Amino acid sequence: MMTSISKILKSQKVILMCSIILGTLFIISIFAPWIVPNDPIAVNLAYKLQSPSWDFPLGTDHLGRCNLSRIIYGSRISLGFAMLIFISSLLIGLIIGTFSGYKGGWIDHILMRFCDGVMAFPSLILILGLVGIFGPGLPQVILALMLVQWVYYARMFRGMVLSLKEQNFIAAAKISGSSQWKIIKNHIVPNVLPPLVIMGTLEMGWAIMDISAMSFLGLGVQPPASEWGAMIHEGKSYIRTNPELMLYPGLMIMVVVVTFNLLGEALSERFGIKRRF
Amino acid sequence: MGTYILKRISSIIPVFLLAALLTTGMIHLSPVDPAEAYLTAAHIQPTDEMLAQKRHEFGLDQPFFIQYVNSIIKICQLDFGISYISNKPVWDEVIYRIPATIQLALGSLFLAVVVSVPLGFLAGVKKGSAVDHFSRLLSFFGASIPSFWLGYLLIFFFSVKLDLFPVEGTGTWQHLVLPSITLALPLIAMYTRLLRASILENVQEPYVLFARTRGLKERTIMAKHVLRIAISPMITGLGMNLGKLLTGTIIVETVFSWPGFGRYFIEAIFNRDIPVIQCYVLIAASLFILSNLIVDLIQMYVDPRISRKEGQHR
Repeated sequence: MMTSISKILKSQKVILMCSIILGTLFIISIFAPWIVPNDPIAVNLAYKLQSPSWDFPLGTDHLGRCNLSRIIYGSRISLGFAMLIFISSLLIGLIIGTFSGYKGGWIDHILMRFCDGVMAFPSLILILGLVGIFGPGLPQVILALMLVQWVYYARMFRGMVLSLKEQNFIAAAKISGSSQWKIIKNHIVPNVLPPLVIMGTLEMGWAIMDISAMSFLGLGVQPPASEWGAMIHEGKSYIRTNPELMLYPGLMIMVVVVTFNLLGEALSERFGIKRRF
Repeated sequence: MGTYILKRISSIIPVFLLAALLTTGMIHLSPVDPAEAYLTAAHIQPTDEMLAQKRHEFGLDQPFFIQYVNSIIKICQLDFGISYISNKPVWDEVIYRIPATIQLALGSLFLAVVVSVPLGFLAGVKKGSAVDHFSRLLSFFGASIPSFWLGYLLIFFFSVKLDLFPVEGTGTWQHLVLPSITLALPLIAMYTRLLRASILENVQEPYVLFARTRGLKERTIMAKHVLRIAISPMITGLGMNLGKLLTGTIIVETVFSWPGFGRYFIEAIFNRDIPVIQCYVLIAASLFILSNLIVDLIQMYVDPRISRKEGQHR
């Protein structure tokens, strides 16, 4: 406890450790079909609510499904879709923000007022409103999360482009006859991307939490597919007899979110980037 | 100062109009036809004739702009339509459920302030001490634990194992304890961090040095001068998080079977009860806008420099 926490964060070890944990999880989720001991959605009531055994390393749930297999398959949804949301909202934000900042004028004005409008509301209310209208389901939740998230990236990209635009090397590129598209592609994007990827790491934790919260409410992943939030929802009826049903998936969410947050903070401390949202 | 208040109040009108536009436009984006949803909810086999009649009743056959204006007028009269499920005015249903949600929100807000002010203050004043480390750990985990899971953990330990508090429902103060803690932890995490950072920043200000040279006791300086100014970002944080608090109640109400507005909204999503969904989104947005306004006005009262600064910018 003697060394300060920010010093620990700055050290290579945290970044390395978090990367190893997340890397392992990603590999496990990619190769899930070959790793899982049992079929995650095979119902077998004869084996329901069993304690851990060789066949079922973490026991079974109320329908006799293997808990470990379900958790492993759940990581595919959480990690995969959080990644999808992150990359797609980053791309949309990158395109619109760069365009808006580079062009300026009335296009910029309209786009930014729109972003202000979306940012004026708490994001979860917008997401819930969208899901409420389009109906429960994973695609709707993903779409809603993306629609809410790109706005923040667009704003940030725009701000960075605005400050970059005034720099000498852009003027030099212009004078030497580079096309607008080439300037954006070769000079602006490479400069704005790295800090955003770091901040995106922090956002991954946020996206994973939101996906599982939606599934917990029954609005996201629909049964029988396994997802951590949905597993907590299913396990809650057995809290008196089999608390582990809701304990394991919750622990997984927490570990992943903590790792992403830690990695994001460590990276931003190391590279001296301030969080903007 | 007067113009600042007027400016600030007038700035919420476009946001409100946008919210109304979103909720009116929602129906048209939705793959579900409100007339059909209504008839299905009432267990009536829809015919083309009835659908057309219902659409006319809902005003859906009019041009979009007219619908928009009509909905704004209706909202101003607090008329949010009639729930498809219960056939009662949505507003009556909401009014019936909102006190429980407010009780929960206030309970957790109180808890959050009571815990985070002393903790953030001590962490900031005694940087690097055990309290500081504890506060950082708490704010880190508070921000990373999913609240629905935390709720069940609390139920498991305090209700099932120790039998101290009821598992769910409402009525006595014991019912309020676990839901409030669940809802308050992320807030505690955020406010503690905010206040700590703000105190650290303020301690380096010249007025602290001046107070020290005047020979004031360290305790007086910290409690009377630094804390008073450092708490300002926390007030902003409180206002900005009211929206989060509101959405947080949805999850906590579901976990603890708390009969509030949030749970009603989730039920409405499953039942495709569109007027209720619209009403929730609109009320949530209005509450969010209003709380930000109130916070700004309080800030201005606490620190009059703000309104002058704003004036210079524009």
